[in-house]
Amino acid sequence: MTTVDIASLRPKKSRFVVNAVAKWVFRAMAYLIVAVLAGIIGYVFYRGVGVLSLSFLIEPPRHGMTEGGISTCIYGTLALLILTTAIAVPLGVGAAVYLNEYAGHTRRARAVRAAVNNLAGVPSIVFGLFGLGFFVIFLQIGASLLAASLTLSVMILPIIIVATQEALKGIPNYFREASYALGATRWQTTSRTVLPLSVSGIITGVILSVGRVAGETAPLLFTGAAFYLPYIPEHPKRQFMELSYHIFAMATQSIDIRKTMPITFGTTFVLLALVFGFNLIGIIYRMRERSKRESW
Amino acid sequence: MIFKFPKLKRGFLFAAPYLAGLLSMAFSYADPGVIGWFMWYGGIALMVVVTFAKILPKIIPQKVREKTIDIFIIATGYSSIVAIFLIFFFIFKEGFTAFVDIPLADLFGGKIWQPNSIVPKYGLLPLINGTLLVTGLTAVISVPIGVGTAVYISEVAGRREKEIIKPAIELLAGIPSVIYGLLGMVILGDLIPAITGTPFRLNALNGAIVLSVMLMPTIASIAEDAIHNVPRTYRTAAAAMGATRFERITRVILPAAASGIAAAVLLSVARTLGETMAVLLATGNAAQLTANPLASVRTMTANIAIEMGEVPFGSTHYHALFAIGVVLFTITFLVNFAADTVLTRFAKKVGKE
Repeated sequence: MTTVDIASLRPKKSRFVVNAVAKWVFRAMAYLIVAVLAGIIGYVFYRGVGVLSLSFLIEPPRHGMTEGGISTCIYGTLALLILTTAIAVPLGVGAAVYLNEYAGHTRRARAVRAAVNNLAGVPSIVFGLFGLGFFVIFLQIGASLLAASLTLSVMILPIIIVATQEALKGIPNYFREASYALGATRWQTTSRTVLPLSVSGIITGVILSVGRVAGETAPLLFTGAAFYLPYIPEHPKRQFMELSYHIFAMATQSIDIRKTMPITFGTTFVLLALVFGFNLIGIIYRMRERSKRESW
Repeated sequence: MIFKFPKLKRGFLFAAPYLAGLLSMAFSYADPGVIGWFMWYGGIALMVVVTFAKILPKIIPQKVREKTIDIFIIATGYSSIVAIFLIFFFIFKEGFTAFVDIPLADLFGGKIWQPNSIVPKYGLLPLINGTLLVTGLTAVISVPIGVGTAVYISEVAGRREKEIIKPAIELLAGIPSVIYGLLGMVILGDLIPAITGTPFRLNALNGAIVLSVMLMPTIASIAEDAIHNVPRTYRTAAAAMGATRFERITRVILPAAASGIAAAVLLSVARTLGETMAVLLATGNAAQLTANPLASVRTMTANIAIEMGEVPFGSTHYHALFAIGVVLFTITFLVNFAADTVLTRFAKKVGKE
């Protein structure tokens, strides 16, 4: 029989040292992310706030984009987001309703889910190629606001579907059961019970989704974003300027980098404010939504 | 106030959409551009839709109506299948010619990408090399930090810390990639040469750092989900045996969540492979075969973005760019599929416990 050395069973001090050190390492990693975010916001603010003025926001670019403002870019971005939302939201909400209320766990539903997952994983530049090959050339829409919006709609579709599904899943089943028990049909249950209850959740999802694509550039490269256009598009079949594309163009193809760098950062500031605006509204709305849910 | 009078309320509810439509049409004159265009036609569309919604139920029997709506909803449900097939079809249709015109050995074995020289060379290797180099570096940087953050959030952080870190991660995920690229170009473009002495301001490392910051939120949130799904009993059992928190994390929780974390890594790799704007701005875009992280490289995505704007429609070069799209589509599809499989398996495994 071997004797047991009692001392070896006692916890080694080093274990606790490792534990304490590791805690701080993990903490450093987590706070690194917060620090990077603060750094990015601070840097963009520092470089961009100086150029910001009312005239910067309401004037079109001038002199080969070395002077003037970015009004046409802001206008183009807003128009793009409006048209994209108008196309993608009905499709996305319909598809989510189909998946959650109609399809159940059938084989077809699984096929649709797989398609949604795959669509979400397609690289943004491939959406750009698709937009060029299908909307611009095959459907002969031409490089335009409409083609860009359609391309972006296909890209945003899976995001809206997933977000809407989350909202629909949050509705407890007894609401549906009560509705069916009263003799309501599937569409009556959906349109009068499920959708009204989930509408604010759906809006939150849509806001967050739109915020996510507000800064997408790659799908617009070949589908209608213009390098320099000192006037606003008056028709969906016209080309347009766009904030994120403007940043890209100014950073890579500027004719005088020293003159345009402030404008680039001013544009960056505006785009960042726009995207954060969408995100903050969405996050705050979602928090209010959750506190409401708790009473169910 | 008017809602106290039922008749007024009914009248108001009847008139409101029409009023809104007319207002929208009236205000459309304030803007000569396309938003005014939307307001004009949007107003008309609103009034037409509302009118039909009021009239149609009275003339069409309920059964027919519901059937129509069902068909419409099922059609929207299939829209994503249609979309994925259209993407697949059109990318392949345009890219296919390149696979015929350019010998596959040249395409996948050629070491030079020079589509504009007198004898055009369509060797994809430099571009694949660029993509792999940036992706590999990104994974090396972002995975440890992303997973570490996930561990911290779910195992260590208190409630108030979480309330700071989680929104920060979400906001970080929302920053457009073109802004990341710009910051990499401006900030890291000065820092990296100053520290390492490389002559290239824009290089693979620059792009990798930018992408790491971009993708850390993705890894952190998916890995956090995976860690969160490890059953509570594992933790309590390990704690009962006297394991310190670090031992619990490294020997129990991380192994149990391994497949979920693997999925997080795979998904972020798929996103790195397909990311365009940030690498386009940060990596320098010189198509060369190199393993040096401080050299300038060109990725497949960046190559499409750079050259598609200047290429003559229908030329071999044009089709070659679509062929790169095909390669990208296929790779990301496979990686996403792998991640999906791993995640499903993980869900099943955890569900059993």
